[in-house]
Amino acid sequence: MKILLVDDEEELAGTLAERLRIRGIDAHWAISAEKAMQLLETETFDLAVLDVKMPKVDGLKLKQQIQSKNPAMRFIFITGHGSSRDFETGASEVGAEYYLVKPLNIDELIAKMKEALKP
Amino acid sequence: MTQDAGMIGQAGLQFFGKMCASVSHDIKNVLAVINENAGLLEDFCLMAEKGRPIDPARLKRLAGDIQEQIRRGDRIVTGMNRFAHSADAPSMDVDLSELTDLLAALALRFAAARGVQVHVKRPRGAVRITTAPFVLLNLMWLCLDEAMAFAGPERIVELAAEDSADGACLRFCRIQRLKDTPDGSLPTVLSSVLCSFLRAQVSFDPDANQMTLLLPKNGG
Repeated sequence: MKILLVDDEEELAGTLAERLRIRGIDAHWAISAEKAMQLLETETFDLAVLDVKMPKVDGLKLKQQIQSKNPAMRFIFITGHGSSRDFETGASEVGAEYYLVKPLNIDELIAKMKEALKP
Repeated sequence: MTQDAGMIGQAGLQFFGKMCASVSHDIKNVLAVINENAGLLEDFCLMAEKGRPIDPARLKRLAGDIQEQIRRGDRIVTGMNRFAHSADAPSMDVDLSELTDLLAALALRFAAARGVQVHVKRPRGAVRITTAPFVLLNLMWLCLDEAMAFAGPERIVELAAEDSADGACLRFCRIQRLKDTPDGSLPTVLSSVLCSFLRAQVSFDPDANQMTLLLPKNGG
């Protein structure tokens, strides 16, 4: 499983990626939509874990940008907003089926990843 | 007047809610980072139990990262506490430069979302006025929001609190696209009501890329 983590909290993205690699997942990370799109120029991923609230381009818009290049990719959203109605409305508009609330439980995240990647 | 008071109260509640939501999001992020760092420590311990040695330098770095996040969380909560206490009394003696620092801290996430940096130019001493600090913060936020909306290519808004002949002023500088609006565009009903309540004035100087909030020595 090769995944891309995108979160403007650099330490969160880096540490979470390290923990996923310890568990055998090929995890890469970026701190902005721009950096994520640069990575996608040279790499392909099965799944992206996207923070919803990011400066300039948020996670929901980034999903649309990625999907225009790679329609097969799956997505999980992470948010600091709990069960915010705004987020749920926005997420349903872009078809965000999977999302988790920070702080994350890594086992729950991996379970969601496996679920999202089921054919 | 009653209608104005109602509007000030309603707007104040919305402002308070907006800032609380932003601060809670920041705290969630701090907790999320600490959670991952603690999780990584646990991972290292589990690996050590299976015979893989732990690098002490890596552990030291992780402990330092956790301490830094705790300091960050403390700064956020301290700012929130000061913000909450700004509503303690209808009128207080305050240092405008301290309120400006507080506003800049509260605005951090909103500024980042717009790709704008808010710089604070600190005066040599305190800039003391008597005012309604919470209502003033609401007005300062409206001005800053406006300034950020018209930030130019350098994406910086600079704030400077100063003493003035009749009281104090807060300058919002380096608003490079202020020229795009013929007369500035702040005077909404709400900003007018807040200005009237605080006996404040907002002036625009597009040539100097500047908006100024003028405050009386005793207002609010």
